[in-house]
Amino acid sequence: MAELKTNNNKEMFATGEELPKAQSKVKEFVKKFVKRKTAVISLIFIIFIILMAVIAPYVVPYAPDQPDYTNLLQGPSTAHIWGTDEFGQDVFSRLMVGGRLSLSCALIATIVGTALGVVLGLIAGFYGGFWDSLIMRCCDVLFAFPDILLAIAVVAIIGQGMVNVMIAVAVFTVPSFARIIRSATLSVKQAPYVEVARSLGCKNSRILFVHVFPGTIQSMIVNFTMRIGTAILAASSLSFLGFGANVTEPDWGAMLSQGRNYLNTAPHMVLFPGILIFLTVLAFNLLGDGLRDTLDPKMN
Amino acid sequence: MSEPLVSVKNIKKTFAANKGMFGKKKFVHAVNDVSFDIMPGETFSLVGESGCGKSTTGKLIDHLITPDSGEIWFEGKEISKISQNEMRPLRSDIQMVFQDPYGSLNPRMKVQDLIGEPLLIHTNMSAGERLKKVHELLQVVGLSPAHGERYPHEFSGGQRQRIGIARALTVQPKLIIADEPVSALDVSIQAQVLNLLQQLQEEFSLTYLFISHDLSVVEMISDRIGVMYLGTIVETAPKEELYANPRHPYTRALLSAVPIPDPEKEKDRIILKGDLPSPSNPPSGCLFHTRCAHCTEKCRTEKPEPKLVGDRHVVKCHYPELTED
Amino acid sequence: MSEKLLEVKNLRTEFKRDKSWVTAVNNVSFDINEGEILGLVGESGCGKSVTSLSIMRLLARNSKISNGQVLLKGKNLLEKDNKEIRKIRGREVAMIFQEPMNSLNPCMRVEKQITEAILLHNNFSKEQAHQRAFDVLKSVGIPEPEMTLKSFPHQLSGGMCQRVMIAMAMSCEPELLIADEPTTALDVTIQAQILELMEEIRAKKNTGILMITHDLGVVAEMCNRVVVMYAGRIVEEAPVKELFADSKHPYTQGLIGSVPKLGSGVKSLPSIPGSVPDLSVMPKGCKFAPRCKYAMDICREQEPELHTIDKDGRRRCRCHLLDQNRKEA
Repeated sequence: MAELKTNNNKEMFATGEELPKAQSKVKEFVKKFVKRKTAVISLIFIIFIILMAVIAPYVVPYAPDQPDYTNLLQGPSTAHIWGTDEFGQDVFSRLMVGGRLSLSCALIATIVGTALGVVLGLIAGFYGGFWDSLIMRCCDVLFAFPDILLAIAVVAIIGQGMVNVMIAVAVFTVPSFARIIRSATLSVKQAPYVEVARSLGCKNSRILFVHVFPGTIQSMIVNFTMRIGTAILAASSLSFLGFGANVTEPDWGAMLSQGRNYLNTAPHMVLFPGILIFLTVLAFNLLGDGLRDTLDPKMN
Repeated sequence: MSEPLVSVKNIKKTFAANKGMFGKKKFVHAVNDVSFDIMPGETFSLVGESGCGKSTTGKLIDHLITPDSGEIWFEGKEISKISQNEMRPLRSDIQMVFQDPYGSLNPRMKVQDLIGEPLLIHTNMSAGERLKKVHELLQVVGLSPAHGERYPHEFSGGQRQRIGIARALTVQPKLIIADEPVSALDVSIQAQVLNLLQQLQEEFSLTYLFISHDLSVVEMISDRIGVMYLGTIVETAPKEELYANPRHPYTRALLSAVPIPDPEKEKDRIILKGDLPSPSNPPSGCLFHTRCAHCTEKCRTEKPEPKLVGDRHVVKCHYPELTED
Repeated sequence: MSEKLLEVKNLRTEFKRDKSWVTAVNNVSFDINEGEILGLVGESGCGKSVTSLSIMRLLARNSKISNGQVLLKGKNLLEKDNKEIRKIRGREVAMIFQEPMNSLNPCMRVEKQITEAILLHNNFSKEQAHQRAFDVLKSVGIPEPEMTLKSFPHQLSGGMCQRVMIAMAMSCEPELLIADEPTTALDVTIQAQILELMEEIRAKKNTGILMITHDLGVVAEMCNRVVVMYAGRIVEEAPVKELFADSKHPYTQGLIGSVPKLGSGVKSLPSIPGSVPDLSVMPKGCKFAPRCKYAMDICREQEPELHTIDKDGRRRCRCHLLDQNRKEA
């Protein structure tokens, strides 16, 4: 077939038949995403929080662990806009810096959990049979416990500390991801182009990574953002219950737990961490919603 | 005559269809004792209505599924029982073109990657060589090299089918299995694709197994035709013979049912009564007896054997003489 | 000739796409007489289904009918409010769809679905409705109506489902039946059964039928007159025999030419190059010009009008070339 000749059926392509201008997928995505106001606002908020977490130690007005025994349990004022805690530490500074610990904990835990869950889900969905049953039954067992109880159990077994909290949160992220990715895999596996790939002679590994996996990325991204919210909540809860960060460390959950003792005298100590956790979780969830709607080709 | 390129001998395939949790397991006889040969360079077509097992037969030959029994020979090699790994090198000789031009192209890949994929799998070409070949092929099927940068959703149905054909051609196959390649397309586009397929056959001396439900399309493109009913081939004949002198009552009914775009033409139509029997519970004896006008006691009990009634014209009917003109 | 049953005048339907409106049906006019079958032919995206949905006022939210009239025995359906149009739907105009399996509710027994329409439009008791359902099923050639009434749609075959759909449509004896690709999803032998049934109904009840299809074979066998649509416009209208014997518009000619004809023995077909233009990027001038082998300069500049081209006014065509030739002659 070396002497491939250019065919004379060019005339089949009549003049005037030009394809509509190619639009880059990223551009198209951005165009659609911008239309979703709540998601955009959420994204801006999240970026702000992350930015703060990164630069907070250098910009906050007070060092987070600097006690000021003249100003204990002060309410919001011009000097301390969100007040001070029982050691006179500035709540605003602590919260901003504390975002580091809380967010990185949630992010790392979710990433680890997602990675494991995606691999397990792909294997279960693609190969089916024994592996499917094994993985999904294990997930069912994990699902039988409430998330937070599961995390508490994990921490109780492996001990207290921030790393262990991450492990605990990651563990309860895995089953929900495995289940979601499995069903996404199953539906992509049904697509004719997967059968085509097989008929072309693709190996299973190529079919799995080149043809099936990209089809599941959408649901992965969406659930990832939603799970971060849950993870922040879980990490904070664990810290609140005293399983996670040390009370002296600036962590949102730990601060909430600490403030609980002064609920009557200094409600701002609970109020601000609570609001921040609430807003962050909400923002991640709304972003996830927005992404889902944008990525879903059926929603226009 | 030379050796057949493909030789299918008595293949059978059943699928399990569960009937409830406690019900007895039912089996759908998708392909039931099908045999045929395809000579190099010819176009052999399988026609039949939906559920007659024609697509399953195509997939069996392409080794996407394996038969329960029977043999499939390709170039003198028995391929029905080999493993997927042993099959892989053979895939460059057998390629498929699928029905659904929308679903059969991965929407997340560029056209040039789609067409180049078989080269990536089957050859050691460098990326540059692959791209060059892809550009050649795009022109062969009437698209321009610039289209390679685009994604499938930017193309119309007919153009996508051209992409599918280009992909099948990349590795210089000997056999192309075309499973309803034009049935999802508009008529004016359908003619374009059919013409292209014929042109390519001449140019690259391809052999086609053409699967379709449309008798007029099949007439245009085939050399020989097998008519399928409920998983079995009821009649095989060269094209002219089949259309001029159909001998199986089902073939006759099928031919007469096709609407002809000519209002002046008077037709005496044979309208079949009833529906297709369920393939999970096929009728005894001759599979067609439930809808046949000439049905006798013998048809109800005895399976008809293939009978030679003309030059390469084989029919599975107890009374082929009834339909002789 | 009997009186006009349906008259569609200058119908224009638009769709919202990315904040701008695109015209799916542009200035379409045709009529159907009682007991007549009018074929509406064209390729996918030519606006034939939108036309039928506009007549039934079943368009989705993102679309609007911006101009025109739909006169059913003189009543303009486009001016009716929702309540009035609901009374007309099913009672005077009924519709059958392409996918019989998907057009029936899978969770409802056939009986419930048929009697629903009957009870809605008639003052029938349940028994009477049941009897009527039984009768219509029998009249569409279903061998065991009682069994079928009790079954769910998934227990029936495609052909049976389409019979049930037709029975449902005919249950209130409408004067106009709109059939949107009624046999496209069916096998040929079943298609033959369904077409025969529709012809029978027309002959018995003198129902007018609007037959929407892309299959010229079906048109040739069923229809009295044909309207050919391209890119949302009517390009040609003619009685069926004249259309097939002597089509005037290059698109119609190409369409008829590119259909493989059973028994013709040809090896290759003339085809129309290119593909249908996208609604949002329509060419200037004649919409078919980019694919037309006779295209002249004027075709690319100015859109031709739909002219009546014979004495009885039964043939219309939209083509510059034809206009020019007629002027010269």
